[in-house]
Amino acid sequence: MEQIPILMVGDCLLVSIQVDMHDQLAMALQDSLMTKIVETGARGVMIDISALQFVDSFIGRLFSNIASMARVLDAATVVVGMQPAVAITLVELGMTLSGVKTALNVDRGLALIRRMIAVEDGRGRREA
Amino acid sequence: MPKPSDSILPTLLDRHHKRLLEDWFIQQQGTGAAVATGDDAETRAHSVRFLTELRKGLASGELDGIEGAGWSGMREVLDDISRAQALKGFSPSQTAGFVFSLREPLFGLLRREVGDETSRLAEEMLMVALLLDRLVLYTTEVFQKSREDVITRQQQELLELSTPVVRLWEGIVAVPLIGTLDSNRTQIVMENLLQQIVTTGAQIAIIDITGVPTVDTLVAQHLLKTVAAARLMGADCIISGIRPQIAQTIVHLGVELSVTSKASLAGAFELALRRLGKTVVDRAPAKPVAE
Amino acid sequence: MVAEKHETMPVSTPEDIVRVRRGVRSHAINIGFSLVDQTKIVTAASEIARNTLDYGGGGSLRIEVVRHGVRRGLKLVFADQGPGIPDVERALTDGFSTGRGLGLGLSGAKRLSNEFDIKSAPGQGTIVTLVRWK
Repeated sequence: MEQIPILMVGDCLLVSIQVDMHDQLAMALQDSLMTKIVETGARGVMIDISALQFVDSFIGRLFSNIASMARVLDAATVVVGMQPAVAITLVELGMTLSGVKTALNVDRGLALIRRMIAVEDGRGRREA
Repeated sequence: MPKPSDSILPTLLDRHHKRLLEDWFIQQQGTGAAVATGDDAETRAHSVRFLTELRKGLASGELDGIEGAGWSGMREVLDDISRAQALKGFSPSQTAGFVFSLREPLFGLLRREVGDETSRLAEEMLMVALLLDRLVLYTTEVFQKSREDVITRQQQELLELSTPVVRLWEGIVAVPLIGTLDSNRTQIVMENLLQQIVTTGAQIAIIDITGVPTVDTLVAQHLLKTVAAARLMGADCIISGIRPQIAQTIVHLGVELSVTSKASLAGAFELALRRLGKTVVDRAPAKPVAE
Repeated sequence: MVAEKHETMPVSTPEDIVRVRRGVRSHAINIGFSLVDQTKIVTAASEIARNTLDYGGGGSLRIEVVRHGVRRGLKLVFADQGPGIPDVERALTDGFSTGRGLGLGLSGAKRLSNEFDIKSAPGQGTIVTLVRWK
C-alpha cells in the first residue's frame, strides 16, 4: 500500500499531504507518524496541507488525534498551509480543530514549533 | 396539438434540411435578422447547429416544453448565441428575430408537403409557432441572465477595488471596511482578505469597521466566521473601530470565539506590533553639524 | 427543477469515498462553481458518503446536474438500505457531541448546502439529498 513519505528536518518530522487520502491511508499515516516520533525522539510534527483541497470531519479529527497523541510523546504538532477555501468550509462545517496549532507556511510552522518546544522545556525545567 | 409520434415535422426536417437552410438564410438576409452583423459564416454555423438541434428536439418527442433532456442541445445553442449577443451589446430582439425568421421557411415547407390536408396543416403550423415562441422566450431569459452576470461581475470588481487589503507592516495587513455591509459584499471581502493573508504571508489581519455605520447579526456572523477561518489558517485577527452597540451584537451571538478588538485602528496596529515582538523607539536627535 | 446530466456511483468501500469526492468535484468544476463552492460541496459529499458507508452499511450516490430556469446546480442523492436514523431531528441538531460523529456530518453537510433533505426511519434505510446552486 502506498505510504505518505515522512521527512526529518532537524528534530522535526515533516509530512506533506499531496494526495486525496482514503481512510486507510490516513490511518496508516497516523500510525507511521507515531512510530517515527518514538523512533526518532522528534520534538515536533509538521503537517503540510497546502496541496489539500478539502478537509472533512474525518481528516479534521485525524489531525486532532495526531496532535493529542504527539503531545503525550512530548512532541508539538503544527498544521501548515491551509487553503482559504478549506478554512472557510471547515468553519462552516463547525470544526474548530481545537488542540491543533496552525501556521501559514512551513517557515512559520518551524518557528512556531521552536517556540512551543522552548515553552515546554522551560516548563519542564521549572518543575524539575 | 398532434401527438409527438404523429408529427411529420421530424421526417420533413430530415428530408428537406438543405432546402430549409437555404430558405432560412434568404429569409434572414431579407428581414435583417442575421445574428452576426456582416458575418455570414458565423450566422450560417449558428443556423446549421440550430436546425440540427431542432431535429433532435422534435425527434425526442418532448413537445410540451423545452426543459427536458431531448432539448439540452438546443438550449446549449441558444445559450451560446444569446450570450455572444449580450456580450457584443446587441438587443434580445435580434436573437428573437433570428429564431422567428425560421417561421416562414418552416411554414413554407409544411404547406408544400402537407398542403392538401388542411386540418393537419393547421395543427403542425400551430405546433411550430408555439415551439418557436418557447425558444424565443428561452433566449430572452438567457440574455437577461448574461446581462445580470456582467453586472454582478462588474460589481464584484468594484467591490474588490473599493476594499483593498493594505499591508501595514511586515506580517500585518489591514482591511478598512467602508460603507454599509451586506451579506454578499462581506463574503466577497472576507474571501479576498483570506486570500491576501496567504499571498502576503500576514500573521495578523486588522479588520477595521470604523467606516461601517451598522453591523447586523448576519454581517457579524460573517466577520466572526472570517476570524475563525483566518485562525485556522494560522493568522490572528484584530477587529478595530468597534462601537459599543456592535460589541453588543457580537456578544449577543453567544460567541465562544475570543476576538481581540480595539476602538481604533491605531490601537490595533500598536497591539499587532507588540504581538509580533516589535517596539517603536525614538531615534537619538541628529547631532548639529559643527560650525 | 430539471435534471440534465447524471451519474451514479456506488458507496461501498473507503476507496469509493475518494471516488465520490473526485466525481463531485469534477461535476462542480464543469458547472463553473467557484473554488469555495467546490470545496463546500465536495466536503459535504465526503461527510454524507462516509455516513452512508459507516452507518448505512453502504449504498449509492446519484449526482445530477440540475437546472431551475437559467440557474444551474448540483444535486446529490445518497441512498442506503441501512438501519435508518431513529431521531432525525436530533441527529441534525447534535453538533459534534455524539461521539460517533454522525451528528457533525449531517448538520455540517446541511450548512454547506443550499438545499438539504433527509428521509430516514428505523428499518427503512436513509436517503439524503443535497443541492448546491451556482
